[in-house]
Amino acid sequence: MATSVEHPTAALKVQGLRKAYDDVIAVDGLDLEVESGECFGLLGPNGAGKTTTIEICEGLLSPDAGSVEVLGRRWETDTKELRELLGIQLQDTQLSEKLTVDETLTLFQSFYRDARDVGDVIDTVELGEKRSSRVGTLSGGQKQRLAVACALVGNPQLLFLDEPTTGLDPQSRRQLWDLISRFQAEGKTIVLTTHYMEEAERLCDRVAIVDHGHIIALGSPRELTESLDISHLPPPEPRKTTATLEDVFVSLTGRTLRDE
Amino acid sequence: MSDPRPVEKGTSALGKRVPFPLTEEQRARELRPLKRRGFMNSSMAQLTLVRFREFIREPEAVFWTFVFPILLAAGLGIAFRQRGPDKIRVGVIGTAPTSASVIASLKKDSTLVVESYDDSSGAKALRTGKVALLVAPTSSNDSVRYVYDRGRSDAVNARVVVDRAVQVGAGRADPVRATDAYVTEKGSRYIDFLIPGLLGMNLMGSSIWGLGFAIVTARSKKLLKRLMATPMSRVQYLLSFLASRLVFLILEIFTLLGFGHWAFGVPLRGSLGTLLLICLLAAISFGGLGLLSASRARTTEAVSGIMNFIMLPMWIFSGVFFSSSNFPTVVQPFIKVLPLTAVNDALRANMLEGVSFAAVLPQMIIILTWGVVTFFAALKLFRWR
Ligand SMILES: Nc1ncnc2c1ncn2[C@@H]1O[C@H](COP(=O)(O)OP(=O)(O)OP(=O)(O)O)[C@@H](O)[C@H]1O
Ligand SMILES: [Mg+2]
Repeated sequence: MATSVEHPTAALKVQGLRKAYDDVIAVDGLDLEVESGECFGLLGPNGAGKTTTIEICEGLLSPDAGSVEVLGRRWETDTKELRELLGIQLQDTQLSEKLTVDETLTLFQSFYRDARDVGDVIDTVELGEKRSSRVGTLSGGQKQRLAVACALVGNPQLLFLDEPTTGLDPQSRRQLWDLISRFQAEGKTIVLTTHYMEEAERLCDRVAIVDHGHIIALGSPRELTESLDISHLPPPEPRKTTATLEDVFVSLTGRTLRDE
Repeated sequence: MSDPRPVEKGTSALGKRVPFPLTEEQRARELRPLKRRGFMNSSMAQLTLVRFREFIREPEAVFWTFVFPILLAAGLGIAFRQRGPDKIRVGVIGTAPTSASVIASLKKDSTLVVESYDDSSGAKALRTGKVALLVAPTSSNDSVRYVYDRGRSDAVNARVVVDRAVQVGAGRADPVRATDAYVTEKGSRYIDFLIPGLLGMNLMGSSIWGLGFAIVTARSKKLLKRLMATPMSRVQYLLSFLASRLVFLILEIFTLLGFGHWAFGVPLRGSLGTLLLICLLAAISFGGLGLLSASRARTTEAVSGIMNFIMLPMWIFSGVFFSSSNFPTVVQPFIKVLPLTAVNDALRANMLEGVSFAAVLPQMIIILTWGVVTFFAALKLFRWR
């Protein structure tokens, strides 16, 4: 494995991914490449297939077709190693309500060969005051931060965050952005999903807009906003001078709800 | 988009790019031996500790595991305690001329409680079961009539006792003189039968509920899925349930048997080592059943149904509250192979009869077989996410 390369290599490489459920094709031929050291955002309407895609990349779901390569490894052969290298926050996990913050993190820490200090991680997500509180007594945003802390405690190389800032107050959100930037500054990779365009613009080097299970736009936030011809936007948008990522999103994915 | 490759990077300044497959740091980190941790910080210890904490922080679970069996044992033990021979209540119609002498004769027998009635109230007392038998003296000295229900064994018994008292009172002399020696054998009372059965039932209940509920709750909250996303060992996860069960098992055994022994003098005639071994095997075996019940279910409602479906037949057939020999002979072979029957039989043989280890071996084999089969079936079926 000594094939050290000069140019950046993909931390995540997904090709021709497909996943169908009984009544819906959740992921439909999705290709994706995330470079190492990158902060990559997956955007898309509800039900677009973001969570399904991420969970396949995390080795928690198996795809119907397509290949996934994470940090140069494959789930079929290197599961154990990959589990050590990834930090994962799922969209809807409820951690055990009866344990305290400290106990929860100590448990997660115990699974990893090379883990971070629990106290450090608690400080990183600013849950110091809640250290000995039961998880059941935490607020929604605090639980969300604990979930991120659980993802960090294994000292991962690649962080998957599925809607990490949903339900956070502005302070917590900014604090999480800081945390992500610091993580990235260590040369590590982040893949996240979000419904906040402003967040994607601030945080992500590149974003992919996913709809109906495949990618309909890909590039840096600036590329995407510059590529949008704002004169074609329906009112009231034209009064702006530059398009926002939200304009791009809405013009690409349409204005109808996806959850009906 | 025809070409999804980016043209330029995003706006935020990126640090150095890390080449893959392996950076120096990663290589170093993968070669590094496992970070030294104290035993308490090992994943096995932590998982077991979590089981512990989740259990003791659930007051209901503690109640059902430790307090309820003792309340049950105390209640049933007191209700069915030996009180010496029951008194027989009989009534006498007091209006006949010979009534007084009949009553006098009956009162000499200490096992009888005698009450006097008139015709209608006597009939009522008999009908409502206040008395087992009604004596109706006639006007002549040499005849008496007993009114009672021949289908009731206590009434038939009363007939025998009352008649003897009446005859003796009238001057009958017994040709053979009899004396009585009374004994009460510890180990043959209801409480002696009950305590091993309760222990077996408790071992079954806490293993099956403890595993089934905890696992399905974790699954339904996606916690199991989250744990699967870590390097946690699945075997350790399952073992942690057994490990914590074993500790609570010891407590369960000591509270229940200790209570039975202290409050009712329930005997422990067999070897304590064998007793512990039976309990250990039972806990592990029922743990397999618990695992199997929890292997597929996605909701706690579903798993509750499954667990009750598994346990209810055993509560009835396996001889917890009454002997399983009450059931017809044709179903006995099926009852005998139920795990709880094997556990209860082995516990009773050990505690009450004090038999050797070899004598409970057949039961142990049944218990072990259940454990192995259910465990592997559960592993095969288990839904990890
Ligand atoms: N377990 C499942 N069984 C059946 N259908 C599923 C399942 N999980 C997801 N789906 C369907 O797959 C599609 C994609 O779901 P997914 O969770 O990936 O969307 P998403 O992009 O993460 O949406 P959101 O922004 O709301 O989180 C949806 O139509 C969803 O209903
Ligand atoms: Mg989602």
